Amino acid sequence: MIKIQGLHKSFGSLEVLKGIDYEVKPQEVICIIGASGSGKSTFLRCINLLEKVTAGAVYIEGTDITAPTSDINKIRADVGMVFQQFNLFPHMNVLDNITIAPRKIRQMTSQAAEQLAYELLEKVGLSDKAKAYPEQLSGGQMQRVAIARALAMKPKIMLFDEPTSALDPEMVKEVLDVMKQLAFEGMTMVVVTHEMGFAREVADRVIFIDNGVIAEEGSPEQIFSKPKNERTKAFLGKVL
Amino acid sequence: MDALVEKLPFLYHMIKVIPYLLEGMKYTLIITFLGVAIGFVIGAFAGLGRISNSKIIYAISTVYVEIIRGTPILVQILFIYFALPDLLDLNLDKITASVIAIAINAGAYIAEIVRGGVESIDKGQFEAGDSIGLTKNQTMWHIIWPQAFRRMIPPLGNQFIISLKDTSLFSAIAVVELVYQGKAYTAASASYFEPYFMVGLFYLAITIPSSIILRRLEKRLDV
Repeated sequence: MIKIQGLHKSFGSLEVLKGIDYEVKPQEVICIIGASGSGKSTFLRCINLLEKVTAGAVYIEGTDITAPTSDINKIRADVGMVFQQFNLFPHMNVLDNITIAPRKIRQMTSQAAEQLAYELLEKVGLSDKAKAYPEQLSGGQMQRVAIARALAMKPKIMLFDEPTSALDPEMVKEVLDVMKQLAFEGMTMVVVTHEMGFAREVADRVIFIDNGVIAEEGSPEQIFSKPKNERTKAFLGKVL
Repeated sequence: MDALVEKLPFLYHMIKVIPYLLEGMKYTLIITFLGVAIGFVIGAFAGLGRISNSKIIYAISTVYVEIIRGTPILVQILFIYFALPDLLDLNLDKITASVIAIAINAGAYIAEIVRGGVESIDKGQFEAGDSIGLTKNQTMWHIIWPQAFRRMIPPLGNQFIISLKDTSLFSAIAVVELVYQGKAYTAASASYFEPYFMVGLFYLAITIPSSIILRRLEKRLDV
């Protein structure tokens, strides 16, 4: 589904990703853990080209998206992204936030797009908030709308960049529950997270990124219970 | 009326100058509104040009903004009205030249307002637009611009008032705007205080209500 080869990313003289190879199979849920500044978010952002890669290749269903000829907008439409800061459009109500991309990109009629939006809102448990504006919602509700917005493009892959890090503790669960449901339905997901409980419960594979490389990769059971790498042990010792 | 003027003789010129100033006000307003409206279109393009990835578009916009901001509007109007027609062998009437001068001048300042407005929008908004597959133009038009425009309203209102006052300089090419009319009256009546006092009042009659409307608009839009 996603194949990453020799991925390097530098910001100026600072090399953030120092050669990453990885493959994500369809319907897999991958959780990426690691310390701040380890490059995990950058890695995620390279998968939908929010960051231009310095070297290496990212294949999505066999197509190298880093090729100059690739259609960036089409790739992004197929890869949903959920941000730490939600990034809802504050001047649009919930319904418009969700329907804008299907209407503008998929040429859906307003009616069809709204129907889709209501289905998605039901899925994330916010049917009653369709006409609300982002500022009227709690953080957890905003993030669930953001998930619905990403799903509206019917993506093949969903990327989550620390989706619960900006939330008050009591709102974390409602967002994780939606993500769990998505995973259960077979969505291919790559999740950068500090929620070790979620990673342990939902992930098929866990990646520990340290200093721009994948320091360790394995099943949640293996990573959390029997980490091999010293850095993994040290990191988990601090967060668990 | 006559009895009042008899008791307060200075009122005589103040009242008599009004028809002249009303005529001048008409041109002041026409030049300002048309000029600022066209200036807004120029400014929107130039402002977006200032944040363009294209080096050529960036360079053209920047040179334009710097030239206009770096020269007095009086020089600009003299150039447009006298130098340009001379150079290109065309005929520009005073009002057209004035509208062009305000448009080009306000356009440069509005470009900076537009640039600032767009740059003030959180980077996450651009990324969110990108991430759902919108093109750069769609993101700009549907996501960024509506948010940025709200933030541009206060400085745009400010620019409107500045441009309005700038039209007074066009008396230099004998455009019959407010100042020119006031000056013409002083020349004919040999009175100075009353006509110029009224000219000032006429400007305030536009600028003060403009400020009030703007403040209300800002409150309503919560910017």
